[in-house]
Amino acid sequence: MAVTCTGENRVLRAVVSGEVDHHGAKQIMGELERSINAALPRSLTLDLGEVSFMDSSGIAVILRAYRRLGELGGELKVCNIPEQAGKVLRAAGVDRLVSFE
Amino acid sequence: MTKPVNEAAVVFLSRSANEGFARATAACFAAQLDPTLDEVNDIKTAVSEAVTNCIVHAYPDCIGKVSMRLRLFGDNTLEIVVKDWGVGIEDVAQARQPLYTTGDETRSGMGFTIMESFMDGVKVRSAPGKGTTVTLRRRVSLRVGGGA
Ligand SMILES: Nc1ncnc2c1ncn2[C@@H]1O[C@H](COP(=O)(O)OP(=O)(O)OP(=O)(O)O)[C@@H](O)[C@H]1O
Ligand SMILES: [Mg+2]
Repeated sequence: MAVTCTGENRVLRAVVSGEVDHHGAKQIMGELERSINAALPRSLTLDLGEVSFMDSSGIAVILRAYRRLGELGGELKVCNIPEQAGKVLRAAGVDRLVSFE
Repeated sequence: MTKPVNEAAVVFLSRSANEGFARATAACFAAQLDPTLDEVNDIKTAVSEAVTNCIVHAYPDCIGKVSMRLRLFGDNTLEIVVKDWGVGIEDVAQARQPLYTTGDETRSGMGFTIMESFMDGVKVRSAPGKGTTVTLRRRVSLRVGGGA
């Protein structure tokens, strides 16, 4: 499992793990999409603490979750961002769109 | 240009499993420069972007060959040349613009922007129908008391 979800009352926390590159992102996106569709969260926290590597493929994963939460009238937060992933997300300006904590 | 101090090359198929292989290979070659963890991560990230582009864009409906040549120069500069023989890029200046993508919703159009912000130099040569060559250059800091 690349994504482990916990939560109740439409407050979801998703721990993403492994390498978020093009090779790994497809599975992550699929698992996240299924969890969002099942829980219809009004708050989603993406925990990147277990991510060992991220490239631009991860940007698309986060922006997709951001759009889905927007459609649901919910809010996306990203937390426990490792140094390398943070640098990628900041270089792409994702921090200006999504709240990091 | 001066002669490289060391050089290595690999050729692999445009399969997504090779993204990790290319990153690890580049990191391994760069290790002889005694880079910091941040420097290694920058190199891995830029290589991942260049190689993923070959896998996703250069060969959209087939499996083709990708080559990666690594060269080390005396001034502690690492040069990485990632080359494919795929569809090529019509307008390189446009392709390098942030957010520009011809990909699907799994792409964000930020690959070249990331390569540029993580490397000291990024050169792109491409010809439609012939392929694309991306040259990444990164100077690695000399550490006081480090290296042999
Ligand atoms: N090796 C290549 N062969 C053919 N086209 C390429 C190649 N590399 C890049 N391109 C073209 O340049 C565009 C921009 O590349 P860039 O890496 O910046 O963004 P992306 O790959 O579309 O998205 P992201 O990298 O954020 O996932 C691509 O959408 C594609 O049209
Ligand atoms: Mg790309």
